[in-house]
Amino acid sequence: MTTFEAILLTIVTASTPLLIAALGELVTERSGVLNLGVEGMMAMGAACSFAAAVTFDSTVLGVAAGMLAGALMAALFALLVLGFAANQTGSGLALTILGLGLSGLVGAPFVGARRDPVPPVDIPGLSDIPVIGRLFFEQDLFVYASITLTILVALYLVRTRSGLTLRSIGENHTSANALGLPVWRVRFWAILFGGACAGLAGAYLALVYTRFWSPGMTAGRGWIALALVVFAAWRPGWVLVGAYIFGAATVLQLHAQAAQFGVPSQLLSAVPYLATILALLLLSIRHGRAIGAPGSLGVPFVPDR
Amino acid sequence: MRFELTPRTNISPVMRAVAPVVAFITAFLIAGFVIWLMGRSPIAAFDVYVLQPLSDPWSLQELVVKATPLALIAIGLSYCFRANLWNIGAEGQYTMGAIFGSWLALNTHGTDAGLWVLPLMLLLSILGGALYGLIPAFLKTRFGVNEILTSLMLVYVAQQILDYLARGPWRDPKGFNFPQSVTFDPAATLPSILEESRVHYGAIFALVAILVTAVILGRTLFGYRLKLTGDAPRAAQFAGFSARSTTLAVFAISGGLAGLAGIVEVSGQIGQIQPSISNNYGFTAITVAFLGRLNPVGILIASLVVALTFIGGENAQILLKLPLDLTQAFQGILLMCVLAADAMVSYRIRFATRGGGK
Repeated sequence: MTTFEAILLTIVTASTPLLIAALGELVTERSGVLNLGVEGMMAMGAACSFAAAVTFDSTVLGVAAGMLAGALMAALFALLVLGFAANQTGSGLALTILGLGLSGLVGAPFVGARRDPVPPVDIPGLSDIPVIGRLFFEQDLFVYASITLTILVALYLVRTRSGLTLRSIGENHTSANALGLPVWRVRFWAILFGGACAGLAGAYLALVYTRFWSPGMTAGRGWIALALVVFAAWRPGWVLVGAYIFGAATVLQLHAQAAQFGVPSQLLSAVPYLATILALLLLSIRHGRAIGAPGSLGVPFVPDR
Repeated sequence: MRFELTPRTNISPVMRAVAPVVAFITAFLIAGFVIWLMGRSPIAAFDVYVLQPLSDPWSLQELVVKATPLALIAIGLSYCFRANLWNIGAEGQYTMGAIFGSWLALNTHGTDAGLWVLPLMLLLSILGGALYGLIPAFLKTRFGVNEILTSLMLVYVAQQILDYLARGPWRDPKGFNFPQSVTFDPAATLPSILEESRVHYGAIFALVAILVTAVILGRTLFGYRLKLTGDAPRAAQFAGFSARSTTLAVFAISGGLAGLAGIVEVSGQIGQIQPSISNNYGFTAITVAFLGRLNPVGILIASLVVALTFIGGENAQILLKLPLDLTQAFQGILLMCVLAADAMVSYRIRFATRGGGK
């Protein structure tokens, strides 16, 4: 494998958790709920998945635990913003603070443990194509799953009745409620889906990307996922594109650090965050404010009657 | 089962005042349950977390020292949150304030520069924090970029800049390669209020900021303008209040105060620049602001209460071997309880079984 191929491979690995988490948040936001707790849910997903994977020596159980942890955190958020109609921004921040703290507690006994790599799944025939073969057809299952998920989410939102219901609730929950659509139930499941995805993204970080647990290992990826949803104008296909651009930025800055260009490593470490700001800025300059944002995004829902 | 929410027509002031207290007690009960789950005694933990720090004079001073940056940052954030603007990057503005102020401290190090150093450092820190806070504000007013995400991303950037300075140009050449600067001269050190006391002048700054804010919010047009912008943006627009200048103003104020908190901590407490200068104060202050219901006096009380969780957390780590992360988890639970309690003040909430109720 050439260095070039190796870099491309790591870009895929760096992009996948961003893609999964952003897809989950996209569905939550399309239902009209802004969950700023992605970072916290992702951290809990990473800690719980790693703890379970090491304890039971099973990647499958680890992934399940990660998704469950993310979903449970999301359920807590749902209780606050749906049950109590609490402020969504504040609740999301609380979820992040709680998730970062709790993940430290869960992960503490597992600091220093390591997991074996998850073997890639080779698609026979296709993986023999030069360059793109190894890149696209010899990845771990998560990568295929994330691409499939993108397609499924896109089809769900645009082609299914249930997806239409979800979008209309996100656009205007008062009208949707007047039409008799189940605002709370749809939002509850959308929040839970977002949580499970964030948990899965965390599991991927801990079990595939780093293969160890350390506190704060999510390093703002949850926030970048949130930015990706805005960047993608709430469209699944663009989330995929955005996730890969950010994955590439992250990996290239790591390689640049290794190559020692004489640029301070801290400047390169700041690149993904600066790139996020720049991407949001360019998007806003091109399209004006918040293009594609669901109409009821972030507004608490309290029915008139 | 499902919830039914009905907005309350008249909100009782007693409930408003009691809500944060109820939230705090609820958070304690939940935390006690978590500690019990971890196989420890919640009563012993309560003793170590709350009773011991409150009964020890040294800890009481430490309480004020830790509450100082929290109160300074939270009082600034209350301006933003009142106007429904979300500056969640106070941690970055805090860092930038510390960097701006320390620049002067390190450049006058070893010279016999006099009394002007410290006041200028404080001003520089306010300037640094305010400028850094104005970046997301400007991006929002000029281009419509979401301020939540940009202010947060800038936290990571500020931390990288600090890390670079502490390990690179500002590192003490005689410091055995430790990533830290020289110790600040006495002229650049914020003095203690009393001899032999750990409480420094930062506490006075925090009190002044709280008093001034109480006057501004209660008695001036600007205070009214913030309230109107937050509660009824369209009405504010018709009243001729420019949303643009409000945004810039509140970000500058909150950034400036966070920056001041940064230099107060570095100059009054740490005494040098190092890669880590914050106890997560910038994020914790968000909890403080909400717990204090965005009210100046409330924030004063809330900052002391939350400072107690920091000191209790350190105690518990030493005495009970409970991890420090528990403190952060508790702060998350606390913020959730506060928000839920707020909602219960505004809405009547009933649990209804499916098909039951009206």
